[in-house]
Amino acid sequence: MMNRKLITEAPVVGPAELPRTIVRTASALLVKYNIVVVFILMVIVSSMVSDVFMTPQNISNLLVQVSGASIASLGMLLVILTGGIDLSVGSVFALSSVVLALSTLRFPLALALLIAILVSCASGSLVGYLVAGRGMAPFMATLAFMTIDRGMAFILSKGSPISLPESASALNTVFGTESLLGVPYPVLLMFVVFVYVLFTLRFSVFGRLIVGIGSNETAVLLSGIQVRRYKFLVYVLSAGLSALGGVISTARTGVGSPVVGEGVELDAIAAVVIGGGSLMGGKGTALNTLLGALILGMIGNIMNLMNVPGYPQEVVKGVIIIVALLLQGIRRPES
Amino acid sequence: MRSKGADAAVSLINSATTTVPKYRVEMIEVSKSFGGVHALRDVSLGVEPGQIHALVGENGAGKSTLMKILSGVVQKDKGEILIDGRPALIPDPRTAKKLGIGIIYQEFALAPDLSVVENIYISRLGGKFGLVRLKPLNAKAAELLGSLGLTFDLRERCGKLSVAYQQAVEIVKALSENTRILILDEPTAVLAPPEVERLFAVLRRLKSQGVSIIYISHRLNEIFKIADIVTVIRDGSIAGTANPASSTMDEIISLMIGRRLEAMYPPRRASIGDDVFRAEGIRWGGRVKDVSFCVKRGEVLGFAGLVGSGRTEMVRAIFGADPLSAGKIWIDGRRTQIRSPRDAVRAGLALVPEDRKAQGVLLLLAIRENLSMTRLPILTAFLGFMRLKKAKAIAEDLIRQLAIKTTGSDVKVSQLSGGNQQKVALAKWFGAGTRSSVVFLDEPTRGVDVAAKVEIYKLVNDLAEQGLGVVIISSEMIELIGMCDRVLVMHDGSLQGELPRDALTEENIMRLAVGKSGPAVSNRRDVNREEMT
Repeated sequence: MMNRKLITEAPVVGPAELPRTIVRTASALLVKYNIVVVFILMVIVSSMVSDVFMTPQNISNLLVQVSGASIASLGMLLVILTGGIDLSVGSVFALSSVVLALSTLRFPLALALLIAILVSCASGSLVGYLVAGRGMAPFMATLAFMTIDRGMAFILSKGSPISLPESASALNTVFGTESLLGVPYPVLLMFVVFVYVLFTLRFSVFGRLIVGIGSNETAVLLSGIQVRRYKFLVYVLSAGLSALGGVISTARTGVGSPVVGEGVELDAIAAVVIGGGSLMGGKGTALNTLLGALILGMIGNIMNLMNVPGYPQEVVKGVIIIVALLLQGIRRPES
Repeated sequence: MRSKGADAAVSLINSATTTVPKYRVEMIEVSKSFGGVHALRDVSLGVEPGQIHALVGENGAGKSTLMKILSGVVQKDKGEILIDGRPALIPDPRTAKKLGIGIIYQEFALAPDLSVVENIYISRLGGKFGLVRLKPLNAKAAELLGSLGLTFDLRERCGKLSVAYQQAVEIVKALSENTRILILDEPTAVLAPPEVERLFAVLRRLKSQGVSIIYISHRLNEIFKIADIVTVIRDGSIAGTANPASSTMDEIISLMIGRRLEAMYPPRRASIGDDVFRAEGIRWGGRVKDVSFCVKRGEVLGFAGLVGSGRTEMVRAIFGADPLSAGKIWIDGRRTQIRSPRDAVRAGLALVPEDRKAQGVLLLLAIRENLSMTRLPILTAFLGFMRLKKAKAIAEDLIRQLAIKTTGSDVKVSQLSGGNQQKVALAKWFGAGTRSSVVFLDEPTRGVDVAAKVEIYKLVNDLAEQGLGVVIISSEMIELIGMCDRVLVMHDGSLQGELPRDALTEENIMRLAVGKSGPAVSNRRDVNREEMT
């Protein structure tokens, strides 16, 4: 059947083999870091099609715009790593925004911030209870809280935006206009969260166990670990981080609004998945997720610069997500 | 190496009793039933320190349930467990672990995305400030590995390791938890012979360190190599105990199946005719490589091979469930294109898949509805209504014919026993409205008791006698030897050899299954070399 070639010695890499080896190594690297490649390609293409793109002003704007969604994406990453999903992210944005604005009317700013974040974490812990404690499907539990939190935001705000009072103007100045060494505060916050998640996932017991749970939950459970506790915590963290996103949005605009954050959950999921995360859990990194979020932001930014109207933008965004995912398809499935 | 745990155990024994108990672990008259079905009945078992105790039995005999009870996954209804002579309650896996009981399942309990060292110490990763302290863990793991004569990269992700290494990680993980009673469930099912030898070397070392090992397997030749004592379990009871040094393989087989081998496999009076099915150059992904074979009318053809040798993938590809990458198929001499299971069924193929509950039957539907699924054309009336009376008549006919134990055709399949569920999966392909000429059975008797097995074998004989071609994939070599006219052995996605009926022995099958044998090996290597360059 097969023409028999009798080779007995070990294969030697001859001169003809060398270019092949290089190509193979290069393509392996490309596949491994494909998200970085996509990111760099997009930066190059963007700076070619628009002169404005690479200006410090635009880059700074872009980063500020994506900061809230990026922070939420990093929270989403933690949830997705366990094999779960959090659809309540966008509604938590709105809830924290409204609660923050209402609290500033009555309490000092620091306390108001604390209240906004605690209320959001409370929402997250209810989700965590349903998922980890009652075994509810994450998709359904968070879908319910997507509606509940959004509804609560509308009820509390009576359906209209609430302007921040004079006493909270500091918030507006810090997050709206000021910067530290040229880095706007929202961006700074985004990087702090990024470093935190990166560090947690790499070096902390919590982070490693999250990866372990998403990788093989039964295995971790049978090792005598309280899987439920960790699954609970990721939903609390996801809600807490989303609340930070809501705070940034409120601070920048100066109003607490029940309509902010619509669709952020989908952008966050997209960011994680574009960054190579698997919805089955166990796979995904902080860096790739951040790049995923930046790519999504860049798509909007460049099309704005090119005066593409809103509706086509949506279509293009969807297409680019598909392309990014197809590019990842090159990755060989591990057997 | 593991002196701390061992010392603690010794001092515990000394303080507890004056005479050291004979058994490290003793199970006394343990019983367990699941919904009225007795899984275990008054089973007693004792394992001495430093003993390798083999537990053998057919699939579904109750070995796994017994071990799940010992490892705290399942709770016994009745009976007693003594650890070091003292009564022990094992309500959950954590307690089992504390008692020094470690179990290694066939499906490894490792997190593939975590590193080797993280997996070994997964329950004790914590250091200061909740950070993972890898350095001391690496050192400890290296020491443990050294004591077993193993070396490998601790930072590698577990998902990247070969199964043999993953198994080693599991063993090291268990030992790092001061395991004194190590249970291995079919540890060699996924290993090649050199790896089996390495595993045995590790087990012998553990034995010399005083670890008690319970070794579940149904590969008898291995048991003769490694075990100090063999306990045979059949249909939930102890069938007997044997000493490998003074027993023969036939004696143990008779204990396992509860009758003489001939009575297990009823005689068949089928005349073997022309080719009814022929496949040439079947390929699927990288897992099935250029497989060609044929089945004759009235013939029972077996496929043997290790787990992962590509048998299931090949059959699924032929059936169009995962379409072929390449290959040609002839049915009754006619070239046939099969792109989907629908094509396959129309061409006269039938498949009873290996995972009965996930792929073979619809658990939540009635027997009648399950049986209607494959004969919808004759059951569909005007406007797409279902001919319920006819469906019921066919179902009741099949229930009688196959002796499916049920109170009626409206009973949900989930309420039947494993053996009867399997009969439903088989019955889908027979009787009015079906046109099977070749039947593929993937692990037809997995999780089925001995009596139901005999009935399924009779059914296979019926099919062959009716002139159908039957293909059986099985991991139970005894079954293939008892049932097949011819066995093809696969290794690593290729056909490694063919054994006619008079050459069917466990040794012959295993030799081919692990890739040994004369010319076939050198051929295979060449193929690999070509693919690499």
